[in-house]
Amino acid sequence: MAMNELLQYTIQGLAAGSFYALAALGLAVIFGVLGVVNFAHGACYMLGAVVAAVLQDTLGLGFWPALLVVPVLLFLFGVVIERLLVRWLVGLDPLYNFLLTFGLTLLLVDLVKRQYGVSGLPYERPEVLTGQIEVGGVGLPIYQLFVFGFSLLICALVWLLMTRTRVGMIVRAATERSDLARALGINVGRWVTPVFGFGIALAGIAGVLAAPFRAITADMGSNFIIILFAVVVIGGLGSIVGAVVAGFLVGLVEAFGQAYAPTYAQIMIFVLMAVVVLVRPAGLFGREEAAR
Amino acid sequence: MPDAVSTGPALLEIRGLDAWYGEAQALRGVDLEVHAGEVVTLVGRNGAGKTTLLRSVMGLHRQVSGSIVFDGTDLAKVPAHRRARMGLGWVQDDRGIYASLTVEENLLLPPVVSDSAWSTEKVYDAFPVLADRRRAPGTTLSGGEQQMLAIARVLRSGARMLLLDEPTEGLAPVIVSRIRDIIHEVRSTGGTVLLIEQNVKFAATVADRHYLLAQGAVVESLDNADFQARQGELLEHLGI
Repeated sequence: MAMNELLQYTIQGLAAGSFYALAALGLAVIFGVLGVVNFAHGACYMLGAVVAAVLQDTLGLGFWPALLVVPVLLFLFGVVIERLLVRWLVGLDPLYNFLLTFGLTLLLVDLVKRQYGVSGLPYERPEVLTGQIEVGGVGLPIYQLFVFGFSLLICALVWLLMTRTRVGMIVRAATERSDLARALGINVGRWVTPVFGFGIALAGIAGVLAAPFRAITADMGSNFIIILFAVVVIGGLGSIVGAVVAGFLVGLVEAFGQAYAPTYAQIMIFVLMAVVVLVRPAGLFGREEAAR
Repeated sequence: MPDAVSTGPALLEIRGLDAWYGEAQALRGVDLEVHAGEVVTLVGRNGAGKTTLLRSVMGLHRQVSGSIVFDGTDLAKVPAHRRARMGLGWVQDDRGIYASLTVEENLLLPPVVSDSAWSTEKVYDAFPVLADRRRAPGTTLSGGEQQMLAIARVLRSGARMLLLDEPTEGLAPVIVSRIRDIIHEVRSTGGTVLLIEQNVKFAATVADRHYLLAQGAVVESLDNADFQARQGELLEHLGI
């Protein structure tokens, strides 16, 4: 009985953590290369879900193609935002970083509200992902298992991209010391726009995965971004592995918190964050110098 | 020997270079030139402006005025990564080895910029320890090994002029003599080196000429014979 519950909440937590892991991964690569903390990341996650819902409603685009199309659209959106707005942040006080990306959040949220209202958009999940699967007498929702598996796959692909390719090597070098990379002949500026778009696309994938699972509203990113920053602080700002591990960890804390102590579920996440900051100010996987 | 290489246009020519950090002036009207095939040192106390000078040449310090011409091109509007691609090889004072890259990735990070680039095999033959540790994170090497890697990295990219910021600082004598050998080899194959060096004895064994910096200005330019003759006086000046 207790065992069953444990398994259920674990899967639930890993599914919730999948959204955090994917979005935090995007946040991490953006911060690493651009030095920009994207406070609009929650809004981009929301956009991923909203765009998937709108495309299904208007064009009949299904869930599977949406998993490909929506991230591509969000990538392009990221490219435009970086070209038009984010690039002006270079060399400015970090306060402008906050003002711009938070302002962008307000703008996106209100535009979506104006167009689609506040009541939430419907989304149909594919037939194969509905229902439950029996594992040792416990019914586990197939969709949660899928979300976990799919996000693990994406995280693994990003990890391979980062560790096995020249692009990944350049991104790691630019993340660790951008100045030095340029002095060694790397045109860091050339990677800024695609990396920003890539980070936004990852938030978009999280949004599409959330579409059949969560209420699709303009505000769905508001709470998400707050938890997301706890994830990033726990994992270590700019750390790829940290983003993923902390994402799943926070998902688990949230699921078990909601199950056993619902009133304290969110508080527990921030208690975890506080403990991590006290013990390791740079986060679980952050570099010490990043904590200065 | 200096005469033979000093004729013709300089590979690096600096005229009237001023540099600031905000309101504080770090360089005052520096004139300096380095010819192809020369090894030149910048000598001076801490805070004399040596590192600022090298960083300005590399394009890492941008608050400058005056002219820096490399291989006939005015560098004023050239960003750092293009300067590297023109053949300037940067080895910074803390060696600049990436912790998140393996030894081999550190080595392969800079793009190859000329025909004189060392092959990876040549680097591994010259520095077997780097071959043994190629899969390890860069910063797990010892300080001396990291310095080898930092120099090997720019040699593998084919840099025509090495900018070395205190390559021997804090290293054991056996490593220092290894670095001396490398500089000799670079010089014998037509390479050019501009290095910061606090160790006057070491400087005298590797360089053709020396510039003495004090308070952001060049106070003396000496060939190696003068430099050696006045070693005692210079040591006193440096306060060592």
